[in-house]
Amino acid sequence: MDLMKVEGSKLTVFLPSELDHHHTEDIRTEIDRMVNRHPIDEVEFDFSRTIFMDSAGIGMLIGRYKVMKALNGRIRLSHLNGQIQRILKLSGIQKYIQLEGEERK
Amino acid sequence: MKNEMTLAFDSISENEGFARVAVAAFVTQLNPTLEEVSDIRTAVSEAVTNAIIHGYPEGVHTVVVRALLNEETVELWVTDEGVGMEDIKQAMEPLYTSRPELERSGMGFMFMEAFMDEVEVRSSPGAGTTVYMKKRICRSQGQQEG
Repeated sequence: MDLMKVEGSKLTVFLPSELDHHHTEDIRTEIDRMVNRHPIDEVEFDFSRTIFMDSAGIGMLIGRYKVMKALNGRIRLSHLNGQIQRILKLSGIQKYIQLEGEERK
Repeated sequence: MKNEMTLAFDSISENEGFARVAVAAFVTQLNPTLEEVSDIRTAVSEAVTNAIIHGYPEGVHTVVVRALLNEETVELWVTDEGVGMEDIKQAMEPLYTSRPELERSGMGFMFMEAFMDEVEVRSSPGAGTTVYMKKRICRSQGQQEG
């Protein structure tokens, strides 16, 4: 499965349809391995296929935010549906994490 | 209408998705909006994940989800017979987690409370935990799907 793509210093992660505790564990391990292996300064989480996320997904995003911050990098989130935007808003993490297109507002 | 169901399943993470889908399918009998279904899916996911991770930190045991539809309301009970909690208040505090090494965000109860009308937790150490949740489904009176 092509879940991740490295282009230069950018890693794109194509998230699964359901981002719950069950699915976050493998994704987290895989991202951390990629970030250790390549000189990555930006991780984009592509939510195109994702229809569901709960607090486990938030925990995984906060964890990757911390990893990237320690490397002077950043993360961004793209293609968010309504359910995911509501969860992100409630969690308050948009203060730290750039959502796609937000920089234009 | 009145209808009730009970699911009992192994405490493995694969069943988090199963529990969400099963409860969401059951609740559609009340003709909820997509947003209401989404709220219930999230709340079920949080409660079931807590039972699997925190209720049963060791081994595979049984998680029970009971759902009761009654006129315009959905009531849910998510029960484990696991380790239980000493301090329920602390467990429900936003951002509190007993398992930071798992990158738990500590937002599970916050989401349950945000998405359901009522959340109550009963727990005792060594005996297990039951999370009770209730939500009113507003659209259930004879409204047609568009």
